[in-house]
Amino acid sequence: METLTSKQKEYLEQPKDRISGSEAIVRCLLAEGVEVLYGYPGGAIMPVYDELYKYEGKINHVLTRHEQCAAHAAQGYARISGKVGVAMATSGPGATNLITGIADAQIDSTPIVCITGQVPSHLLGSDAFQETDIVGISTPVTKWNHQITKASQIPEVIARAFYIARSGRPGPVLIDITKDAQFEEFDFQYKKCTGVRSYKPVPEIDENSITAAAALINSAKKPMIVWGQGVILGKAEEELKAVIEKTGIPSAWTILGASAIPTVHPLNVGMVGMHGNYAPNVLTNECDVLIAIGMRFDDRVTGKLDEYATQAKIIHFEIDPAEIDKNVKTDVAVLGDAKTSLKKLVSLLKTNSHPDWLQKFKDLYTIEYDKVIKNDLYPTAKGLTMGEVLKEINIQTKGEAAIVTDVGQHQMIACRYADFNVSKSNITSGGLGTMGFALPAAIGAKMAAPEREVVAIIGDGGYQMTIQELGTIFQNKVPVKIVVLNNEFLGMVRQWQQLFFDKRYASTEMVNPNFVAIAQGYYIEAKKVTKRENLAAAVKEMIASDEPYFLEVCVEKENNVFPMVPSGASVSEIRLE
Amino acid sequence: METEKQLYTISIYTENNIGLLNRISAIFQRRHLNIESLNISASEIEAVSRFTILVNMTEESVKKIIGQIEKQVEVIKAYFHTDEDTIYQESCLFKIKSDLLFEERQIQNIIKESNARIVTVNKEFFVLEKSGRRSELEILHRELNVFGVMQFVRSGRIAITKDKLKITEMLNAFKN
Repeated sequence: METLTSKQKEYLEQPKDRISGSEAIVRCLLAEGVEVLYGYPGGAIMPVYDELYKYEGKINHVLTRHEQCAAHAAQGYARISGKVGVAMATSGPGATNLITGIADAQIDSTPIVCITGQVPSHLLGSDAFQETDIVGISTPVTKWNHQITKASQIPEVIARAFYIARSGRPGPVLIDITKDAQFEEFDFQYKKCTGVRSYKPVPEIDENSITAAAALINSAKKPMIVWGQGVILGKAEEELKAVIEKTGIPSAWTILGASAIPTVHPLNVGMVGMHGNYAPNVLTNECDVLIAIGMRFDDRVTGKLDEYATQAKIIHFEIDPAEIDKNVKTDVAVLGDAKTSLKKLVSLLKTNSHPDWLQKFKDLYTIEYDKVIKNDLYPTAKGLTMGEVLKEINIQTKGEAAIVTDVGQHQMIACRYADFNVSKSNITSGGLGTMGFALPAAIGAKMAAPEREVVAIIGDGGYQMTIQELGTIFQNKVPVKIVVLNNEFLGMVRQWQQLFFDKRYASTEMVNPNFVAIAQGYYIEAKKVTKRENLAAAVKEMIASDEPYFLEVCVEKENNVFPMVPSGASVSEIRLE
Repeated sequence: METEKQLYTISIYTENNIGLLNRISAIFQRRHLNIESLNISASEIEAVSRFTILVNMTEESVKKIIGQIEKQVEVIKAYFHTDEDTIYQESCLFKIKSDLLFEERQIQNIIKESNARIVTVNKEFFVLEKSGRRSELEILHRELNVFGVMQFVRSGRIAITKDKLKITEMLNAFKN
């Protein structure tokens, strides 16, 4: 056998830089710091999976049981960590199954990168097996998307994908890669993306707008803050706290803003919106200056728009210029990221307090407490309430758990009653309202933050939309705690049917399976609670467990979530019963 | 704010990328807004495309649309203009039987008076081109229709603004 020269040896020992497109994809992910991705293999993405096999130990691929759940898991990962979540799927149905998760990430500004395989480029447009125009389909629900047909495009496009997903107002990016590009070899070189010339992620701050905002706030007699997820995405929790505490302004939050300021903070006056708290909804129509920070005046927040805070001057702190005046006309728009803007703002603010104004919030809270909260948390009726389950979870987790919710009554109850002492603790599908979100999102959240207690709270309806993810939980030993609040109804729809459709319960009653047996079928410890006296111990046991744990709580079948701003009504017409 | 609908010309400078037309038209489609005309061409800057979209909507709507368009990653800048802000034109072509040119004297007069241009003539047909305001094109179309038009086609509006658009400066600022 021929002996190798030292030069040949040196060459062979050099890192192999001429690599396949599929290996390049994995290396790009590693270069972006990706440790875990969620996905499902199939024909058009197999070369990448082959590389994931070779790179095992360096990057962890989690096989979900459905591609939609890969996207939701990536979302959960991103929401709790602030990092970019990654999902992968094959072409055709694999790719289309991601769409719900992508749309959810788009409307909730969640940074995820989805990589899909595509049929070889010479077959594009030929109706090939498992071919679908995923770039076309995903266009309206992605921040950016792109199709790669040459291996040499991979490093630059993936670098750009991560940059776009996480910068500015974050969002989902989809990269579709033809199979021939995955096989093709090329000289690999990776460079992180630091900018795209047509894209300005963060608008420049206009100092004049900050001055104008400060002047309005300083002269306000009845100011009110409503903050949203922009505070969390912009890592501006401390800056917001400084503003609130210096000015003494009562501050409320949107569903996605929850947890940025601890629940127990004396100036935290609760949630706005359809099932938010009484005081901030009513007083929205009484304040003289409304300071909106990193929120987008969603219709679930504003109710009837032309009766929303019409008496107030509106200040809007916002990173996305397209949100200014989109729904609510502002008097002062402060463009920029929340952290920088609020830091600049706070130095211009007068130290202040508004005791009489704050008292109004407290008075209305008392009314809400007597009419709603007391009965939710300390019920006297026989049936269990969702609220008392949340109360037990608060006690057992000391309000430090990340609460992952699905969509419906349990979601509203969880957002209303969970204690949020730590930021990034409310992971829920806000804008899209995606049933089936919670279970897979909890997987991603727990894997991104293993040190945190992650409790998924799910209704019996949404749970059955993605129940198969128990398999992912079991296989990957993800110690999430799953609480199903079972009222044997699609509760929120039933509530609407009761209130607005004369109790015609069309297709909302559910005949449910043995949930405990199903969880046990996946070798997950499971318990069912039907009586109040067993609740506290069951929740305690669940939280104490180091393993995945399933707890079904059978709650009162026909309880409603109040307060409620009826659809099309003004926020101050909020109903307590 | 103006609540009356009126014609606005939207000018969009973009990267020249596949899929961007889809992304931009989706913004209109999603809001159930009709596009009166659409033209995509090169711009004064290499590798930068220029969309010219004619819409009929309120000022409030057009401002919101501009926001949504500018939000797209590959859009460099989007503007909206009123007719007074721009120099604008459309272009059209008529295919007409060549016999008519000799049989109908009037046609020759129409061509002369309208400043239309004969692009090509052969035994069977001739092609007439006319650029200008929509109203001028429509008058010519009406006049020629009397004699019979074999084919008619009209382009979307193209428009140049009277004010400077600082696209090059914007792109240079990125490099610095």
